[in-house]
Amino acid sequence: MAVKMFASISVGSFETEMKIFEFTARKGMREIDRVSTRLDLGIDVYKTRRISTGKTEELCQVLKDFKRIMEEYRVEDYKICATSAFRESRNMVVLLDYIEKQTGLAIEVLSNSEQRFLDYKAIASVTTEFESIIQGATAIVDLGGSSMQISLFDKDKLITTQNIRIGNVSTREKLLPYEKNRMHFAKMVTELLNHEFAGFNKLYQKDRQIKNLIVVGGSLRDLMKQYETANKKIISVSREQFLEIYEKAVCMTPDEVTSCFDISSENTLVIVPSAIYCKCMIENFGVETMWFPGFSLSDGIAYDYGEKQKLTRCNHDFEEDIIASARSISKRYKCSQAHVRNLEEIALTVFDRMKKVHGLTRRDRLLLQISVILHNCGKFISLENVSECAYNIIMATEIIGLSHMEREMVAYTVKFNTSPFPDYEEFDMDAGADPDVYMRVAKLTAILRLVNALDRTHQQKCSDVTVVLKENELRITAATRQDLTLEANTFAEKAGFFEEVFHVHPVFRQKKTY
Amino acid sequence: MAGTYDRPEYFTNRECSWLSFNERVLGEARDKSLPLLERLKFLSITASNLDEFFMIRVASLKDMVHAKYTKKDIAGLTPQEQLDMIGQRAHELVHQQYVTYNRSLLPAAKQSGIEIVTQHEALTPEQAEFVDQYFEESVYPVLTPMALDSSRPFPLIRNKTLNIGALISKKGEKSKNEFATVQVPSVLPRIVRIPDKDGKKCIMLLEEVIERNIDKLFLNYDVVCAHPYRIMRNADLTIDEDEAADLLKEIQKQLKKRQWGEVIRLEIEDKMDPKLLKILKKELNVKEEDIYKINGPLDLTFLMKLYGAEGMDEYRDKTYHPQMVPGMNEEEDIFTQIRRKDIFLHHPYMTFEPVVQFVRQAAVDPDVLAIKQTLYRVSGNSPIVAALALAAENGKQVSVLVELKARFDEENNINWAKMLEKAGCHVIYGLHGLKTHSKITLVVRREEDGIRRYVHLGTGNYNDSTAKLYTDCGILTCSEPVGEDATAVFNMLSGYSEPKNWNRLSLAPIWLRSRFSQLIQRETDHARAGRPAHIIAKMNSLCDKEIIDLLYEASAAGVKIDLIIRGICCLKVGIPKVSENITVRSIVGTFLEHARIFYFQNGGDEEYYMASADWMPRNLDKRVEILFPVEDPDIQAEVRHILDIQLEDNVKAHVLQPDGTYEKIDRRGKVLLNCHEYFCREAVSRAKHEDNPVQSRVFVPMEG
Repeated sequence: MAVKMFASISVGSFETEMKIFEFTARKGMREIDRVSTRLDLGIDVYKTRRISTGKTEELCQVLKDFKRIMEEYRVEDYKICATSAFRESRNMVVLLDYIEKQTGLAIEVLSNSEQRFLDYKAIASVTTEFESIIQGATAIVDLGGSSMQISLFDKDKLITTQNIRIGNVSTREKLLPYEKNRMHFAKMVTELLNHEFAGFNKLYQKDRQIKNLIVVGGSLRDLMKQYETANKKIISVSREQFLEIYEKAVCMTPDEVTSCFDISSENTLVIVPSAIYCKCMIENFGVETMWFPGFSLSDGIAYDYGEKQKLTRCNHDFEEDIIASARSISKRYKCSQAHVRNLEEIALTVFDRMKKVHGLTRRDRLLLQISVILHNCGKFISLENVSECAYNIIMATEIIGLSHMEREMVAYTVKFNTSPFPDYEEFDMDAGADPDVYMRVAKLTAILRLVNALDRTHQQKCSDVTVVLKENELRITAATRQDLTLEANTFAEKAGFFEEVFHVHPVFRQKKTY
Repeated sequence: MAGTYDRPEYFTNRECSWLSFNERVLGEARDKSLPLLERLKFLSITASNLDEFFMIRVASLKDMVHAKYTKKDIAGLTPQEQLDMIGQRAHELVHQQYVTYNRSLLPAAKQSGIEIVTQHEALTPEQAEFVDQYFEESVYPVLTPMALDSSRPFPLIRNKTLNIGALISKKGEKSKNEFATVQVPSVLPRIVRIPDKDGKKCIMLLEEVIERNIDKLFLNYDVVCAHPYRIMRNADLTIDEDEAADLLKEIQKQLKKRQWGEVIRLEIEDKMDPKLLKILKKELNVKEEDIYKINGPLDLTFLMKLYGAEGMDEYRDKTYHPQMVPGMNEEEDIFTQIRRKDIFLHHPYMTFEPVVQFVRQAAVDPDVLAIKQTLYRVSGNSPIVAALALAAENGKQVSVLVELKARFDEENNINWAKMLEKAGCHVIYGLHGLKTHSKITLVVRREEDGIRRYVHLGTGNYNDSTAKLYTDCGILTCSEPVGEDATAVFNMLSGYSEPKNWNRLSLAPIWLRSRFSQLIQRETDHARAGRPAHIIAKMNSLCDKEIIDLLYEASAAGVKIDLIIRGICCLKVGIPKVSENITVRSIVGTFLEHARIFYFQNGGDEEYYMASADWMPRNLDKRVEILFPVEDPDIQAEVRHILDIQLEDNVKAHVLQPDGTYEKIDRRGKVLLNCHEYFCREAVSRAKHEDNPVQSRVFVPMEG
């Protein structure tokens, strides 16, 4: 049977959800079932930095029930992703182990940027609607319990994503005790946010207007239900329409919101703070149209799975988004774009020619490309300690779509481009050292170092390069009549490490063209 | 608009309307055009209806009075005023029951060759001998006579049991009477067949047999007098769910308690000795107005047994056999047939078998992954329950919501629930604070091109026995939006969050009320805008004030409203400028009208719905109910046909008058139309018609 059943489970801050999907050649990806239950893990974590034993037991029970439902549909594959509640709890590792032993289900904890990327994939999964929205200046804002994430698009490419540590649950918890009346609450939230958004605008916006705002989370879609249309999966609401509903809802208690807008009472607590956030964004960014897709992380997980397993066809190139956001970081730190482009081309060619030797994946190729794009960013801070500065910049910057570990790999590759490559014993990663990761970093570093030598002078002398792998020799030939003495010498210096890693001897030749 | 119709005089009290309904049923018993046994059956139904009415409605009104609750109902009556009204009308109803029994049915029975011997003195010697022997051999051993004296307190008289009370005196001490009582054993048949007399079949009631031999129970005493009596206790079962840790145990506990409630009605033989009555009255703590003096046998429900007796078919309606569903066949599996086209079921005219087959085939079909069903009232030995258990044994995921709170069926339901659990089904014992009244079955099947869901939605319970007597509708479909909703329904019933949106179904207690309001208001809007507007609604009861208000508003705006309501209707017709456009008719006949169908003209874009819910507050606010649309144009036409025929019925229909009474239609000059008979005939002819294609394969040679 050409039907594949997949379950995606997301363990969120206050809701645990499972969706069952069916992948068929004919109908593509189809949601078959959705079960969700309110499970407040977030509150525990905000207060104590831990998930309590009681909540863990509840979660195990829910997951066991989900497992039964998976069996019901004879699900062949599944993925469980946990988000900020797990990410921020100090007892995460213990919990993951306990839950796996109890339920037989392994949970993957997503980094913030991975999580946002999956959310983004979920939205992008309705390709036609999405592509038409992002033609104009667009931002996706994901309203979470303890933070919000703003991702900006330029034309149809994602350029930056920023996390602002203010969330609808945390604001409520913090400010509610001080509120004098409903309007006062709104005023406090607005003041708090205006300051944050002003900062965001200064750094990333340069007075551009964000005409379209795609709002994820915060249960605001429920509030906008009246604008639902049958054939569209994403609700669109004009600025005026939104403000009209906002004025109505902002003074309401959660119970009033429940009855007035027919929203499940589970979701109403966060609605008013979320609506206030949106109003602030409308004012700060000049939003004209708001979009409310009804997707959750589970959709993104399934879409990502389908894409990776080649079960769904996909028109939007998500790698391009990752690359575009890396590029915008590189521009921000004033890396020479000509130099970067030149090296990217050579590095990727080397990577492709060396395929049989290095055994790396397509994903590693992407990491190499990002390393190349960012390899020079340290100079923005200091010309003296470039590698350490670059490492710190990359570790402090979110690159949407990359997991924390992948980002660290990129940071190390860039760092070791100029500083000595450590022995395995000295290699230290946030997630713990792993020989496989060590080797991947080593291979990426080796390629980056070698290729970087070819534009030592940053004059793109080697723009016409051919790469050939012959037996144990990698021959790189540059066709130019310029003087390549500096390049050839640097190349020879870097060749040692390359050879050590790959057991391939790199040879650089110049083919003089006249 | 709210408040405009907020006047007590615009509403009929619901108990009052219910009593009218029972009078209509009694009217069937009085209908001389019906066969004898049918009339006896209707009389029996009025008796059991009245019993239930007392146990639930009267009991809760009594509770309110005890609690000094004086809030008026929609018709402006306090609980005490309602009790007074009920008392008066119930006495009148009981009087009518026995007038019918004594003056009409007994003579008719005699004419038909059945004699119910009411006085043991009238027995022939041969019969007397038989009766006495029967007493000695079969009755005496199971009797437990109990006497009341200083050392023995007044015994517990069980709810709804028939008893004989007697005054006895020690032999030789005529002046001092003692009270004694004996329960007429419920383990023996109430009807005792005795030898024929003059070619007539003779029967005698068990209590007469005992009365005749009562002296044999009190050997050292003289029996001064002996008379049957029967009590009704407060049985309204209220479960405090907040306190019950285990719902199952709580209901079992409550069931035991039920025998002990306050006595709310005492029925006695009208000739009862005043001294005996005085003792009963005192010991049972009954008020004068709650005593019903009866001229005839107590508890007429025994007549149902007579109806079910073998033979005498000429005195019964011909048994109707539910017919094959048009368009369905027995060769293909049911899923193939559903995939071809939605299937509409109209019971009891069409057989309930497809519903049973739906579950049964799902249980053995290798591609079926899961079966989910809500069970409210199931028959004893239900084939559906057996199929569910089989499915679980076959490794299917079976989830069943068994509603333990189904009134008077608790015990039955607990047994099934335990059985299903043992078989490996996932059983949910109802929801906290809500009764699950919806009738929905979901079968999840894994097919060539992915998961497909098959759904049965109905207006009646999954009960193959009552499906032969209740008129209900149902749909079998594999429509994707309905399937998605059905999945969401069961997820909600399993305790998961509500879905983001509903495609087709509307659920009580959250969305259904507002959905109905919208639908009615939409007609009002159409009427105001000068478009044609028409509502036809068929249900069992209408007593929800909000809905009635909306109907009044719609009628005032010019919407034509035709209601087909079998039972309670608190709406009044013919109020000037309020309900002049509303008609109400009640159909009471061979089958129990049970389907809920709703039609809205919607400015020409007509919509049809069916539901498990009546327009009653309990259905809309306290129960899980489902309203589902009928979308297939062919099925819409069928549903319309049902409504049209019911509106044309002039035999079994009673039309509500502005004064609150119901009257039969003046049939002079009209072709008689009995909708039950009509649908039976139609189903038979359609089922025959179905055979034609098969017959047409036989070559028919032309002659001449």
